Amino acid sequence: MNIKTKITAEIVKEHGLSEEEYEIILDRLGREPNINELGIFSVMWSEHCSYKSSRRHLGKFLTKGDRVIQGPGENAGVIDIDDGDAIIFKMESHNHPSFIEPYQGAATGIGGIMRDVFTMGARPIALMNALRFGEPSHWKTKQLVNGVVAGIGGYGNCVGVPTVGGETNFHKGYNGNILVNAMCVGLADADNVFYSAAKGVGNPIFYVGSKTGRDGIHGATMASAEFDDDSEEKRPTVQVGDPFTEKLLIEACLELMATDAIIAIQDMGAAGLTSSSIEMADKGGVGISLNLDKVPQREDGMTAYEMMLSESQERMLMVIQPGKEKLAYDIFEKWELDVALIGKTTDTGRLVLRHNRKKVCDIPIAPLADDAPNLDRPYEIPASLPIIDASEVHETQDYDDALVRIMGSPDIASKRWIWEQYDRHVMADTVDSSQSGGDAAIVRIHGKNKAVAITTDCTPRYVQADPYMGGKQCVAETWRNLTCVGADPIAITDCLNFGNPERPEIMGQFVGAIEGMNEACRAFDYPVVSGNVSLYNETNGAAIPPTPAVGGVGLIPDLDYFVTLTGAKDGDTLIMIGDTQGWLGSSIYLREILRREEGAPPPVDLEAEKRNGDYVRKLIRNKRVNAVHDCSDGGLAVAACEMAFAGNIGLHLSRAIECPTHAWLFGEDQARYLVAVEENSVNPVISTAKAKGVSAQIVGKIGGDRIKADDGFDVSLAGLRKKHEAFLPELMS
Amino acid sequence: MKTAVITFPASNCNRDAAIALEKVTGVKPEMVWHRESEIPADVSFVVLPGGFSYGDYLRCGAMASRSPIVKDLVEKANKGLAVAGFCNGFQVLTEAGLLPGALIRNKGLKFVCRPEKLKITNSNSRYTTNYGMTTDVIFPVAHHDGNYYADDETLNKLEKQGQVVFRYAENPNGSARDIAGICNEAGNVFGMMPHPERAIDPLHGGTDGLGLFKSIIESI
Repeated sequence: MNIKTKITAEIVKEHGLSEEEYEIILDRLGREPNINELGIFSVMWSEHCSYKSSRRHLGKFLTKGDRVIQGPGENAGVIDIDDGDAIIFKMESHNHPSFIEPYQGAATGIGGIMRDVFTMGARPIALMNALRFGEPSHWKTKQLVNGVVAGIGGYGNCVGVPTVGGETNFHKGYNGNILVNAMCVGLADADNVFYSAAKGVGNPIFYVGSKTGRDGIHGATMASAEFDDDSEEKRPTVQVGDPFTEKLLIEACLELMATDAIIAIQDMGAAGLTSSSIEMADKGGVGISLNLDKVPQREDGMTAYEMMLSESQERMLMVIQPGKEKLAYDIFEKWELDVALIGKTTDTGRLVLRHNRKKVCDIPIAPLADDAPNLDRPYEIPASLPIIDASEVHETQDYDDALVRIMGSPDIASKRWIWEQYDRHVMADTVDSSQSGGDAAIVRIHGKNKAVAITTDCTPRYVQADPYMGGKQCVAETWRNLTCVGADPIAITDCLNFGNPERPEIMGQFVGAIEGMNEACRAFDYPVVSGNVSLYNETNGAAIPPTPAVGGVGLIPDLDYFVTLTGAKDGDTLIMIGDTQGWLGSSIYLREILRREEGAPPPVDLEAEKRNGDYVRKLIRNKRVNAVHDCSDGGLAVAACEMAFAGNIGLHLSRAIECPTHAWLFGEDQARYLVAVEENSVNPVISTAKAKGVSAQIVGKIGGDRIKADDGFDVSLAGLRKKHEAFLPELMS
Repeated sequence: MKTAVITFPASNCNRDAAIALEKVTGVKPEMVWHRESEIPADVSFVVLPGGFSYGDYLRCGAMASRSPIVKDLVEKANKGLAVAGFCNGFQVLTEAGLLPGALIRNKGLKFVCRPEKLKITNSNSRYTTNYGMTTDVIFPVAHHDGNYYADDETLNKLEKQGQVVFRYAENPNGSARDIAGICNEAGNVFGMMPHPERAIDPLHGGTDGLGLFKSIIESI
């Protein structure tokens, strides 16, 4: 493609632009675009960059709150955690590239999300990931798990940011489209946050980082379309990561940010130089003029089109304060990074590009952003699946076998094989990570006695069964998980992974999930501060289960008051906070033991969630509990086993309610916490709960080396652990 | 007492090492950039931190071992300066010839990060005297290339001369004779793959690493 390429209907179509969209371009330009201009419009108006199917629905989210410094719309969200500290965080998908090229796809996903965070002035302090793979027996699964995990580790470990937690599911619904969602959390000074709005006229624009190559051209467009059998051919659109350069970029940028040299800064992510320059100009209301001859290039003979659409990684664009150019040069040279002055801000409101001393693009910036399509796609929110009563669900005759099968099933089994490949302790502030199997990771604020708690959650089978209720549940589970370690939940980021939005039933899943999520956000005063949408997760017309992954962040104000699930001691009493009805619809029991994927998911009572969670947090702050664990997948039985594994001690569950045994042990009623308390705290914990209208019942005792339940299972802790640990090593061997 | 931490491009445990040194000596260490040509004269203990110097794109530690500062470090170490390398720092020390052997790809071919029990096999070394009667410690490991390799003659010599300071209780990476940490003949240069600097705070899950830093500081 070069400047002389004739724009035909076919070329317009190849760029993923509809006829109507092309008409708008002709109207705004008053002429035919050249190939460079067409390419720029096409990426800016792609689903990936423009959010054209989702924008109007994302606008419904609660995005403001007392602690919100910056909500959606910047590179990442920013929240206030007191003492002049700010936490900057975001979650993002790298699904399409990771399916095509798992190692590099996942690695560059980590690199990209870290850049979003340090671009705003934060030092990245933690990484999380939410992964969804196809069924274990599918021929591609093993290779994808291997590549994705190695890619995440290879990048994060090298850069030296701990990967502290995450979640991994397996389901046949992801056979053709895996999900790789990565979250980064960074720490900044609240009064030194950096934004992307370019300001002033005539200010120098610097390019810093890796050279621009021909990799990743049209990556954003790829991420805006379905897969078919030829998707493998898209491998050249996947970028290649260089964590070494990323580490240097972090250090160099943070060093420069400590001075007053930077006016605006933006990383070159999807759609590279195009989207970074246009976003900076658009937000600042200025024009931009770039000389592409000055762009550091990896190979000879690159065209303007290639340079503007390249998604080469580890690159940043910044507007520097005039007079500070030398300061910037010196710092980047110290870190041995390529740096070039490639243009300046202008007052024209236009993006003007020069290459080989010729003008190769001259387009108004406003229409690229303002006129981006904002579609109102038709949608039908699917009705919830019918409610299944526990009495209609077959009761196993062999509880030992059922427990062993569930604890060894792909979603519940230990993910040690994965997280042992991630450096979880670098930076020496990790207090708790995947290592304990806890509900939320805990990362200390460097040099202080407080910490952030971080979790990612989504239960796709619930969202599939009822998008609205499932959406609510995702948010509620993160809130609960943060509560479990004693944190005050503050805000969330989200990664909304769905199928093809052109189908009303998929769009309905999307809209329904957002409505449920938003309702939970509002009930908890728990705003969305950043996020990402990944649509078209389909192959040959089969969509993934709807997967709105949620990343929650909370604050532990004083590290003298926190718990994990590891602290249960011999003789402790197990108390269930929250009401148990025995809900088996869409449960793990139903799926793993009876091979049935049906039934309405458990209802989420947001008032009960709030009441119970606030009470548990109070118990933690009053040092009334030794261990806390959220009851979620697999109900009481799974929560109890995980607590036993973490504390390396057995337990005995005793019947407290009237309902069938399988519903009591494996029911997935929400708003529940399993807590281990010392003998002398049992009465106060239960009586105070009663006074607050919180349901609390004794459900067992800690001790011994077996996992037992009245009328249920009786297995050895060591034997069960063996089965729990076996799934991934056996799959991957 | 003055200490120093050398920082290479993509060192990533330099801050962690500095905190450990400050905790034990009460004084912030000098942070020495790899392009500098001299270790300050009044420094009596130097740490080469963990990380991925130069991305580990070439053999781990090979590029860093050729940097200007390491040239000076080798000279001073040969005259008795105390030098410890952890993880990538250990790889740099072997590449620089200050310690024998090499660190090759883990036997399992994967990065491994877990708390590892280590046996103190020489409790009289300058890096272990503070442990007294303690025989086992737990330090985290986090590496891809921590499989210690040397020929039999070298290994025999290391063992005979008490240069094997730590062994793994459960070998995580295939290291020859379960070796986790060694010192040179003179005892002033020490390297290990595990991370003592990540075991100095109860919130890390343990403080076993402090003894190592205290030992060498007390010996100076």
